[in-house]
Amino acid sequence: MATFSTGSDAINRNCRITVDRSPSTANTTANTRLATFFARPGWGVFSRSMAAIFGGYALAAVTSVFCALALPGARGQTVLTGMLLAIVVCACAALWAFATRTALRAWIGILLPTVVMAAVARALGAWA
Amino acid sequence: MKNGFRQSMAWLHTWTGLLVGWLLLLIFMAGTASYYREEISRWMRPELPATTVSTDVAAERAVHYLQEHAGHAETWFVTLPDPRNPAMRMFWRNPESMVKPPVEGERRRRGGGRFGDATVDPNTGDKLEARETRGGEFFYRLHFDLHYIPVLWARYLVGFCAMFMLVAIITGVITHKKIFKDFFTFRKDKGLRSWLDFHNVSAVMALPYHAMITYTGIVTLMVMYLPWGIKAAYPTDEDAFFSEAFGGMPEVSAPAEGRAAPLPIQQLLDSARTHWKGVDVSGFSVAHPGAANAVIDIRQRDGRRLSVDTPALRYDMVTGTLLMESPASGAATATRGVMYGLHLARFADWGLRALFFLSGLTGCLMVASGVVLWAVKERPKHAKSGRIGFGLRLVDALNIGAVAGLPIAFASYFWGNRLLPLQLPERADAEVSVFFYAWGAALLAAFIWPKRLMWTWQLYLGAALFALLPLLNALTTHAHLGVTIPAGDWILAGFDLVMLAFGAMLAMCGWRMQRWTPPLSAAEKKKRAAAAAGGSAVPIEAKA
Repeated sequence: MATFSTGSDAINRNCRITVDRSPSTANTTANTRLATFFARPGWGVFSRSMAAIFGGYALAAVTSVFCALALPGARGQTVLTGMLLAIVVCACAALWAFATRTALRAWIGILLPTVVMAAVARALGAWA
Repeated sequence: MKNGFRQSMAWLHTWTGLLVGWLLLLIFMAGTASYYREEISRWMRPELPATTVSTDVAAERAVHYLQEHAGHAETWFVTLPDPRNPAMRMFWRNPESMVKPPVEGERRRRGGGRFGDATVDPNTGDKLEARETRGGEFFYRLHFDLHYIPVLWARYLVGFCAMFMLVAIITGVITHKKIFKDFFTFRKDKGLRSWLDFHNVSAVMALPYHAMITYTGIVTLMVMYLPWGIKAAYPTDEDAFFSEAFGGMPEVSAPAEGRAAPLPIQQLLDSARTHWKGVDVSGFSVAHPGAANAVIDIRQRDGRRLSVDTPALRYDMVTGTLLMESPASGAATATRGVMYGLHLARFADWGLRALFFLSGLTGCLMVASGVVLWAVKERPKHAKSGRIGFGLRLVDALNIGAVAGLPIAFASYFWGNRLLPLQLPERADAEVSVFFYAWGAALLAAFIWPKRLMWTWQLYLGAALFALLPLLNALTTHAHLGVTIPAGDWILAGFDLVMLAFGAMLAMCGWRMQRWTPPLSAAEKKKRAAAAAGGSAVPIEAKA
């Protein structure tokens, strides 16, 4: 940009000068730059995709462990029930990740049940 | 996201579908072909006998063959002939002491070189010498093991795609406002509208099938995708889970003792049939053949139950007493068995099998129209800016290479089966290579020049390859339409006729693609109408 000798050069220079005089403002611009970078809609999509794929799998895995240990009945049967349910849960997690208003809610909605079920499964003797 | 629920679901539908669409199409096409894998295998080995004898005679010949050629074996496994597969397949496990030590540098065979196998003609009891081919088994394996990459990775990749598919199906239903009305809607020659309608119709028509096949597909491999429950519930002994959850009879562990003549095989099979109230047997396996404590496990034939778990009976082969029956399964085991069974559809008779096949084809059309729809929708944006962007070009190329290129690969595989020399070493692998060379060439051509004419050429090429297959069959074998129709062999004749039908369908697609003209936008129509009104005024004046 600076190589072009247009009218805007003067404005650019002026800007630089003001920035140079107050380093605290420079810090703020860097912050806003960072903020605008992360405010790009692409990041929301990326974050939700990660929540859907990895969060969703984590939720499904914990669901299968939770069902295997917490459901009544023969162990072999509860393990299978857990797997059959976990597939549906994984699909629902992906829907949730993209249906909520913000990416943060997507993560919370997936990680909260994951942690709760993992805690119960731990109490029941998983990963001993 | 911020635009409201239905919009975000539509967005999710678009991207989950597009990202895995091409691989999904391969999986769907190979899986659909697998419904007829026995029939494909039979067509690809025209040397096989056309007729077969009764189960009892076949079983007796099997036992005779094995006594002669595998009397020393620890175990025999026999699959008896049935209407879909006239040949008898058997294999046996040799004792450890008979196995040659592995040669340095040579690839060790599956099972450590302990297994022998033979395909036997039940009419004569002799070994069949048919051409070496993987037949329909190749498509079956391709649809979850892929090829050229390690099986484990392939299955994870396929599971990932299947999960995307499941999400795409659910979001597709949510996106759809008028699911019932659209069922009856097809607006022809309306560009984007027509593609959308076609995508909707192909999806909605077989929606229960699509949802079922995707979910059950994941169920078939779920133990691999979600092993965490097993690890938590059976921390020290995972084998205990498999024996508890999947039931079945335990393997015979006692060593062989003494020698004794077994009962005639017919008598044993008859006891099993009586026990099952007339349901026929599909095969049997014998542990310690020839020993005084030989036992035989007899398996029930498919066709009377949804579940994939096969009931079996274990008899003492010398005295004929019933030793054991496969245990009744728990609720979850039965559910999984039925899900698995629904995916494989082994229970289906010819009518239901055809319905499954047609639903599978509808699924292929749904996936294909979905990826094409994306490109059709994207194109006007690029047309406005005057150049085709990288993304659209990539999608165009992949669309041509998958939607038009895959049929070429499938047909080429069959051509390879008829044209490769019979004595070629590693012939079965060479046939598979033909499939991938053909597909690779189609993809390469599509990437070099992803234009509408490329669609036309590839569709016409696929059409020609399919339509000429019966002719090639007539020139190279004695199992062609001129023989099979008069003989009433509708399995072989049906294969040729279906190939002709595929050829006709692809030719029709190619023809439509060739004659297609871009539909006019509303603004363009108005402009033309105005021009026509203005233009027509001039000649009238001139006439006057």
